[in-house]
Amino acid sequence: MTQMALSPPPVAAEDPRDRGGPAQPMLIVDGIRKYFPIRAGVLNRTVAEVKAVDDISFYVLKGETLGIVGESGCGKSTLARLLMHLVDRDEGHLILDGDLVGEETGVPLDGLRRALQMVFQDSYSSLNPRLPIEQSIAYGPKVQGASSKVAKAQARALMEKVGLKANLFAQRYPHELSGGQKQRVNIARALALDPRLLILDEAVSALDKSVEAQVLNLLEDLKKQLNLTYIFISHDLHVVRYISDRVLVMYLGQVVEIGPVDQIYEDPQHPYTQALLACRLSMDPEERVEAAPLAGDPPNPVNPPSGCRFHTRCPFMEDVCMAKAPGLGDVLRSSADDHLAACHMVHPGSGHSRAPLPVRA
Amino acid sequence: MTDALANSLAAAPVQSAPAARVRSYWGGVWQRLRYDYVTLFCIALIILIVLSAVFAPWLAPFDPYKSSMAHRLRPIGYRQFLLGTDEQGRDMLSRLLYGGRVSLLMGIVPVLLATLVGGMFGVVAGYYGRKVNMGIMRTMDIFFAFPSVLLAVAISGSLGGGITNQMLTLTVVLIPPICRVAETATSQVRNMDFVDAARATGASTTSILFTHVLINVMSPVLVYASTLVSISIILASGLSFLGLGVSPPTADWGLMLSTLRQSIYVQPLVSAIPGVAILVTSIAFNLVSDGLRQAMDVKA
Amino acid sequence: MWLYALRRIILTIPILFGVTVICFALVQIAPGDPIQNLLSPTASQADAERLRAAYGLDKPLPVQYVIWLGKVLVGDMGMSIANNTPVTGEVLRAFTNTIVIAMIAVVIAFILSTIFGVAAAYRSGGLVDKAITAVAVFGISVPTFWLGVILVIIFAVNLSWLPATGMGAGGSKGFDYLSWSDFRFAVMPIIALALPPLGIMTRTTRSSLSEILNQDFVQTLRAKGLSEFEVMVHAVRNIMPAAVAMLGLQLGYLIGGSVLVETVFTWPGTGYLLNKAILTRDIPLLQGTILVLATAFVLINLVVDLAQSLIDPRIKRS
Repeated sequence: MTQMALSPPPVAAEDPRDRGGPAQPMLIVDGIRKYFPIRAGVLNRTVAEVKAVDDISFYVLKGETLGIVGESGCGKSTLARLLMHLVDRDEGHLILDGDLVGEETGVPLDGLRRALQMVFQDSYSSLNPRLPIEQSIAYGPKVQGASSKVAKAQARALMEKVGLKANLFAQRYPHELSGGQKQRVNIARALALDPRLLILDEAVSALDKSVEAQVLNLLEDLKKQLNLTYIFISHDLHVVRYISDRVLVMYLGQVVEIGPVDQIYEDPQHPYTQALLACRLSMDPEERVEAAPLAGDPPNPVNPPSGCRFHTRCPFMEDVCMAKAPGLGDVLRSSADDHLAACHMVHPGSGHSRAPLPVRA
Repeated sequence: MTDALANSLAAAPVQSAPAARVRSYWGGVWQRLRYDYVTLFCIALIILIVLSAVFAPWLAPFDPYKSSMAHRLRPIGYRQFLLGTDEQGRDMLSRLLYGGRVSLLMGIVPVLLATLVGGMFGVVAGYYGRKVNMGIMRTMDIFFAFPSVLLAVAISGSLGGGITNQMLTLTVVLIPPICRVAETATSQVRNMDFVDAARATGASTTSILFTHVLINVMSPVLVYASTLVSISIILASGLSFLGLGVSPPTADWGLMLSTLRQSIYVQPLVSAIPGVAILVTSIAFNLVSDGLRQAMDVKA
Repeated sequence: MWLYALRRIILTIPILFGVTVICFALVQIAPGDPIQNLLSPTASQADAERLRAAYGLDKPLPVQYVIWLGKVLVGDMGMSIANNTPVTGEVLRAFTNTIVIAMIAVVIAFILSTIFGVAAAYRSGGLVDKAITAVAVFGISVPTFWLGVILVIIFAVNLSWLPATGMGAGGSKGFDYLSWSDFRFAVMPIIALALPPLGIMTRTTRSSLSEILNQDFVQTLRAKGLSEFEVMVHAVRNIMPAAVAMLGLQLGYLIGGSVLVETVFTWPGTGYLLNKAILTRDIPLLQGTILVLATAFVLINLVVDLAQSLIDPRIKRS
C-alpha cells in the first residue's frame, strides 16, 4: 500500500458545473456542531448531551480525496449525515462551491442534493429489499423530475458503468446480489443524480479483501471519468492511505490532525494518530508491537474529558493538557499542504515540556 | 378468548430485517406453504365456509326465517331437517348458512377498516417520530388499558345493538393493536440506510412513504391483521350473544347460540351447533394465519 | 430500580386519566336523551330545562367531566337507573365475586400451562408436543360462552354432577369457597375461565422454553454433565420472570373479559352486572362497572411490571 508516490496536488479539470472556479474548494465546512440530547429520569427531561460532532471545520478541494479516520463512535458517521443534511446541524455553515447551503441567500437544499451524494456501508439496510435494483437506482432521477423511461435508461447506463450487466441485474432484488455487487449498486445509486462530491461512509469496510480492492479500483476509475471529489470515511487505515490525498483524524467529535496523506502516515504529530498508526498490523512480523498502543475504550462523549479530550489516554499527558484544550489552528485559511495537529506538544509556548520554544517576534 | 387480542400482539411479526427473498418472495412463501398440509386444509375450509355463506340463498334447503310451531326443536337428522330445528321451528342448516354471512362480515370488514385506519396512524407515528409519535401512541395506550372484550362491551353497550354499531365497535377495538404493529415496523424501516439514501435524493416525504416505507411495512401488518380475523369473529359473536349484535330475526351464530341457550335441556346437541360453527371458523382462521406467518418468516 | 418504579407509577397516572375520559365519553355516545327518559310524557319544555340544569347537563362537556370526575374520586359513581341504588356499592360487591374465581382460574391455568409447556418443549415436534399444541389452539380459539354452554350440557344436564348456574341458595352473602356445597357452583365458571389463558400460556411457555433450550449455555450445562431434568430446571428458571408477568396479565384480562362466562353461568360478578346493565340500558351502571374494571386492569398491569422488575435482574439494572 505504500506504492503511492507523493500525491500530486489535485488539479481540478474544467467542469461546466463549476461555479466558483477551480481554486474554490468543493466544500467548506465551517464550525459544524451537533449534540444529541439524552433524555432520562421520571419526566424524560434532557439530562445530558452527546457531543457527536463538536465544532469541526475543514475543506475539500475539487478533485481530491479527503480521508476521514477515527475509532468507531468518534462521530464520523454523524459528520457524514450532517454534510448530507440527513441530520440537522445545531451550528455551523456548509459552503458548496462558493455558495452557502440551505440558508436564505445560498443554494437551496435541492441543489445540495444533486451535488452531494452518499454511498452507505454495505449492509442489509442500504438497499430497499422490495425494489428491483433498477428501480432503486432510477428513484433519484425520477424524484428530480425525469420521466420513468429516461430514469430507467439512466439506471441501466449507470449499472454498466459500475460493472454490472444491466440485462442480467436490472430486475434482481438486493438479496440476490453479493456484497460487492450490492456495493456497486449503492455507488450507481449515488451517481444517478450526477453529483460532484461523493461521501463514502465505510463504503468498502464490510467487503472481502479481494472484492474491496475491486470496488476501490472502480472508485478510482469513476473519479477520473466523472471528475468527482471524494470524502472517504473509514476505520481502515490501509485503505484510507491508498485512496486519500489528504487525511483528517477525528477523536471524540473533534478534528485532532489534518494534513497530506504521506505526512500523516510518515510523520504523525498527534499522539492519538501515532497510536492509531501503531495499531496497524505490520507486514513484517519483526516489527509487530506486543503492547496495545491505545489502552481502554474512548471516553464517554457525553462528558468528554476537560482540556484535551485525549489526555486520559495520552502517554505525554501534563497539567496543561487537563487545563486547556489545544486548538488545531485556522484550518480554513491553511493550505492543502499544511499539516496541523491539535496538540500542545506542537504548539510553541503552550506550556507543555515537549513543546517547541516560542519564536520571538 | 378474553385476552386473545392483546396476546396476538405478542405474537405479532416483528420486522426482522426486511431482507427477504423478494422476486421469489411470494414464490418462496408458496414453496413453504405447499407442504404445510394443515394450513392448506384450513385454507380450503375457509374457502368452503365463505362460498357457503355467499351462496346461502341457493344452498339453504329452507327459508331461514320461516318458523313452524309444529316442528320446534327437532333433533339432528329429523326428516328433512339435516341439523334439526331451533326453538321457533326454523331449519338449523339454513340458518347456519345465512348466519355465516354476518359472522364472516364481522370477521373481515372491521379488520380491513382497522388495518386502514390503524395502519395509517401507525405509519405516521413511526415515520414522524417524536411528538407525533407521542401523541398517537399515548392515545393508543389508553385503549390498551382496557381488555379487548371489556372495551367492546363498553362501546357496544353504550351505542346499542345493530350491525353498524357492532362493526364500528370492533373497528375501534382493533385499531390500537394494528397501529402498534405498524408503528414498530415503520420506525424500524425508517432508520434503514435506504430511507436515508432516498431522503438524500431530495424526495418528498410522501414519495418516500409510498415507495420505500409502505412496501416494507405492509407484509408484517397484513400478517398481523390476518390473526385478528378470528379474534374479530369471536368478539362479534360474543357481542351478539349479549344481545349487542344483529336484531333477533336475523340469523347470526352468536345470537343463535344465545337464543338456543334456553333449550339445552331439550336439545343439547342442536343448541351446541352454532358454537361449533364459530369454533371451526375461528380455528381455521387461526391456523391459516399461523401458517402464513411461518411461511412468510424470513428467518425460517 | 426505585427510579424505574417511580417512573412506572407516574406513567400510570395519564393512563388512568385517559380511562376516565373514555368512561365519561361512554355516556355521551349512548343514543337518546337521558332527561327525556326521566320525564313523564306530559312534562313541558320548561320542566325538561329545569331538570337538565338540576343534573348539570346544561353545562359544557369539559365542565360536566370535571364535576363527574370529582364525584368519582370520592367514590360516587351515580345511581343505577334500574334499581335506583348507588352504583359504587353494586359494583364493589360484584367485583369480589369476579376477582376470586378469576384468581383461582389463572393460578390453575399457570400451573397446568407450565407442566404442559415443559412437556411439549421437552420433545419438540413429538406426539406429546402436537397433542398439547392442539389443546392450546383449541383454548385460544374457543368462544368461552360456548364452552360454558357445553360444560353445562355435559356436567349439569347429562351427568348432573354440578349445578348449572348461580351461586346457590345463599347467594354471594356467606358464600364459602372452602365448602363443597358452595364451591361446586364455582367449578364450571372456573373451568370456562381457565381454558383460554391455559391455551395462551402453554403456547408461550412452550415457545420460550424451546428457544432457551436452543441456546449455547444449555449445551454447556449438558457438557458439564447435568441430567436432562436439571437442564430443564435451569431453563424453566430462565422463563419464570416472563411467565409470572404473563400470569398477572391474564388475571387482568380475565376480570375484564369475564362478562361472557358470568352471563352463561349467571355468576353474580361484574360481568353479569354488565350484562344486566346492557339489557336494561342502565348506562350509569355500565359506566361505573367499566371504570372499576379498567382501573383494576391498569393497576394489575402496574403491579405486574413492578413485580417483574423485582424478579428480573435485567430490568433492575436499566
